[in-house]
Amino acid sequence: MPSISRDDVAHVARLARLELSDDELELFTAQLGAVLDHAADVEALDVGDVPPTMHPYPLRNVLRDDAVRPGVDRDEVLRQAPAAEDGRFKVPPILGEEP
Amino acid sequence: MTARAIAADVRAKRRSAREVIDEHLARIDEREAELHAFNLVLADEARSAADDIDRRVAAGEDPGPLAGVPIALKDNFATRGIPTTCSSRILEGWCPPYDATVVGRLLAAGAVVIGKTNLDEFAMGSSTENSAFGPTRNPHDVTRVPGGSSGGSAAAVAAGFSPLAFGSDTGGSIRQPAALCGVVGVKPTYGRVSRYGLVAFASSLDQIGPFTNTVDDAALALEIIAGHDALDTTSIPEPVPAYGELMKEGIDGLRVGIVSEFLAADGLASDVARRVHDAAAALEQAGAKVDEASVPSTIYGLSAYYLIAPAEASSNLARYDGVRYGLRVDAPTTAEMNTKTRTAGFGAEVKRRIMLGTYALSAGYYDAYYGKAQRVRTLILRDFERAYEHFDVLLGPTAPATAFAFGAKADPLAMYLNDVFTIPSNLSGHPAMSVPFGSGDDGLPIGVQVLAPALGETVMLRIAAALERAA
Amino acid sequence: MADLDGWEMVIGLEVHCELATRTKLFCGCPNLFGDEPNTNVCPVCLGLPGSLPVLNEMAVELAIRLGQALHCTVERSVFARKNYFYPDMPKDYPISQYDLPTNVDGHLDLPDGTRIGIERAHIEEDTGKSAHVGGDGRIHGAEYSLVDYNRAGIPLVEIVSRPDLRSADDAKDYVNELRAILLATAVSDAKMEEGSMRVDANVSVRPLGDDQLGTRCEIKNLNSVRSLVHAIEHEAARQVELIGAGERVRQETRHWDEAAGRTRPGRSKEQAEDYRYFPEPDLVPLEPDAEYVARIAAAMPLLPGDRRARLASVSNGSQGSVAIAVTRGLDELAIAAIEAGGDPVRVLTHVEHNLAVEGAESVDPAALAKLTHLELTATQAKAVLADLVKSGGDPEDIAKAKGFEAMDASALDASIEAAITAEPDVWAKYVGGDDKAVGRLVGSVMKATNGQADGKAVTAKLQERRTNASG
Ligand SMILES: [Mg+2]
Ligand SMILES: [Zn+2]
Repeated sequence: MPSISRDDVAHVARLARLELSDDELELFTAQLGAVLDHAADVEALDVGDVPPTMHPYPLRNVLRDDAVRPGVDRDEVLRQAPAAEDGRFKVPPILGEEP
Repeated sequence: MTARAIAADVRAKRRSAREVIDEHLARIDEREAELHAFNLVLADEARSAADDIDRRVAAGEDPGPLAGVPIALKDNFATRGIPTTCSSRILEGWCPPYDATVVGRLLAAGAVVIGKTNLDEFAMGSSTENSAFGPTRNPHDVTRVPGGSSGGSAAAVAAGFSPLAFGSDTGGSIRQPAALCGVVGVKPTYGRVSRYGLVAFASSLDQIGPFTNTVDDAALALEIIAGHDALDTTSIPEPVPAYGELMKEGIDGLRVGIVSEFLAADGLASDVARRVHDAAAALEQAGAKVDEASVPSTIYGLSAYYLIAPAEASSNLARYDGVRYGLRVDAPTTAEMNTKTRTAGFGAEVKRRIMLGTYALSAGYYDAYYGKAQRVRTLILRDFERAYEHFDVLLGPTAPATAFAFGAKADPLAMYLNDVFTIPSNLSGHPAMSVPFGSGDDGLPIGVQVLAPALGETVMLRIAAALERAA
Repeated sequence: MADLDGWEMVIGLEVHCELATRTKLFCGCPNLFGDEPNTNVCPVCLGLPGSLPVLNEMAVELAIRLGQALHCTVERSVFARKNYFYPDMPKDYPISQYDLPTNVDGHLDLPDGTRIGIERAHIEEDTGKSAHVGGDGRIHGAEYSLVDYNRAGIPLVEIVSRPDLRSADDAKDYVNELRAILLATAVSDAKMEEGSMRVDANVSVRPLGDDQLGTRCEIKNLNSVRSLVHAIEHEAARQVELIGAGERVRQETRHWDEAAGRTRPGRSKEQAEDYRYFPEPDLVPLEPDAEYVARIAAAMPLLPGDRRARLASVSNGSQGSVAIAVTRGLDELAIAAIEAGGDPVRVLTHVEHNLAVEGAESVDPAALAKLTHLELTATQAKAVLADLVKSGGDPEDIAKAKGFEAMDASALDASIEAAITAEPDVWAKYVGGDDKAVGRLVGSVMKATNGQADGKAVTAKLQERRTNASG
């Protein structure tokens, strides 16, 4: 049995804001399934007592002084924007509330 | 000609930087159309930058250790005012308002940027076939891939477009193309080189490194780009050794371990395996003690990598939403605009990895996938550390085989298997490099991989130099 | 609206406060409110490709200072990415402490002594601000929106209380006390009206005496203490009504509509996003050592609770008047006046009733102390105090100048004698036990002394004479 279903793929596509055609959905489901099946060896491992590694090189408490640094010029930034209006980035209507 | 020699000539006024640049631009004119190593060649900018170097030399200034050296930058390095695309439609035309830390250090050393090189979209791939702007071809055989994801940088050095190029290595993206193109490629210790300004693929794995024709040039490049950067929290504060000087020391008495799990791997071509044994023999000849080494959990490396890297990527690539920069496909609402933009802007491999990573992080699967992969990562790190109690360096193949033909690895998993020997060092964060060592039955280059413990770049380079002498 | 007979509210608050740092949480942009749009931005807070966050040490110090003020334990913490698409979030993932926050398990004592548990106080970054154009400026029906990232990346601390609050008044007291602590510790300017302090309320109801928690609703968008109180009362009533009607409360977020005076439904739990939290790979763990925390705790200013306790112990005044003195910032003055020999009760009475004025804190404690011992009517004392606030001086001189000096005892006795002989029948009534009759006698004494006599004192003397007369 495949480790990821068509519906799972459709769901993650929605979460990731991607649109898939039926053919793509078909293809991706098979391809992602193959990769996850390959990962079954890891899934099967009992590593409950092993701590996770988030960073290969152990550092901690890396902090910066609370000092102002020059930012970037607004026009240079807004020139890169697909749409802008009086100093701000312009977007289509935002439906749905902020999480 | 090596980067070191060029810089020496330019600093001593034996040659002008302008001459050097024109010579390289001429080679680019000859073969770039065929190879497509670059997304962008900066001919005019390079010429005027070279003239400026010459003016400074004439004025008695020293432009630095890379005075007048042409360099090629992978197109996922932020370059101020110069388009940075990651070979993706979604970033087409984006000009960063800032330079990556590494770029700043190279310019300060007198280097001249000659172009931005092609890559698999967002560095996701092992053949450069995933570039939105078409693949790069292998200079040794244009019917074959150059490897990837830094295929453009590897090809640029192999074709003599620049003596020095830079790439990023998340799962082998420097070492594998270096092997396939017959050049030297180094992935330093994670944190040794600043990631600030490198467009992120997988933040806990990405590392910048050089492509060169010689091990000595690799050492020179490392001395310039390595070192602490306050803009990168994961940057290592330790001072940078004088790699170039220290690597001259021989390898007498160094303990070299051949990674038995790598040689036992199915899919490893016999000609590549033979070259690894030849390399071991050559090192023994040169005075090293060679033995078999075991790093058992590396067999889980590929699986762990294809859970961790996509998970981080799915988050790192969320910002390409059509709001602030790059592509926007208009739609009645912002949410629909995000979706249409990302659907049109990303290629298939990027979408695959975003979805895989989203799945690995999603509610109910985190522990089984991402969480577990991070624990497996610990096992691999421990196994390497155990091995380095008995060995100064480890030895193995870089890629399972020589350069393959375009389209030969249409199945994603088959493509992923290319990185089975390079991925473990990204998971452990340890340095590793590929050194050209002879060629395969098909006459194409083969690279041997030298792996070293954290911050073990010096001993790694000493071994690599010995292999270079023997090759 | 249903009343809450037989029902109990259960309230927990989540308070977001902007930390009073110079710069943002992860970059060097100024932490400023209300500048020109997008003028306090850089690659990091715009989430530009390749940029990396670096943690602001002052944000950490302020967060820990608050944690210490709330009696929290400091833990090793790790930042996480909260993944969701929203245009005012440049990276499409705000960075926040998630399962491993810096401050855990504290408490806050309300002025009435009620102890409210603090679950956690963690660090996170603020989002940008979007303005909605067309559709009368509301998000729904807007033609388009404009995004300003000046606020994106401003450091926040989120203080999460346990569900220990039992009324809207509790909630009000909690927010006011928390605000007082934030100001006393200079952690935040805590201006709700400017949005530097924002409150979400989790409200549920249950039958009195029941110890199970009911289904809760989270009310967002409360930008004043007034709307907090209204929203909680309205929401509790709504839930009681619902249950009374045999329906069930759905767990959901609701938005307070100040104009309409009601909450509107938002996202339900079923629609809840899958945020795919995972540890932020671009940051490293935060492990404040004991000395660091101790240094912050040692530098802690006196907190409102301590100040109330201190004043109560020197004045043993009522909890209410002590609280008022502290809120007015007059506790220092009160204590000094009492220590200078002032009558504690009268000192607190003056602070409570006569000193709610500009410049009250500048009154000379010794003068206030002396005032409490002068034979003056309440009205006279108030007048003298007003002068002390305005221009200082000696209360006795001021009283004299106003013709307030207390008359000497013999003069008072004489006028009392006069009053009695003037109206023997009234005196007889009084002696006969008609207490009301004393008023007329006191009245005429006051008239005779044109208000200089102290009414209470006169009554006392008349009573004395009566007991002697009838004894
Ligand atoms: Mg929060
Ligand atoms: Zn910034």
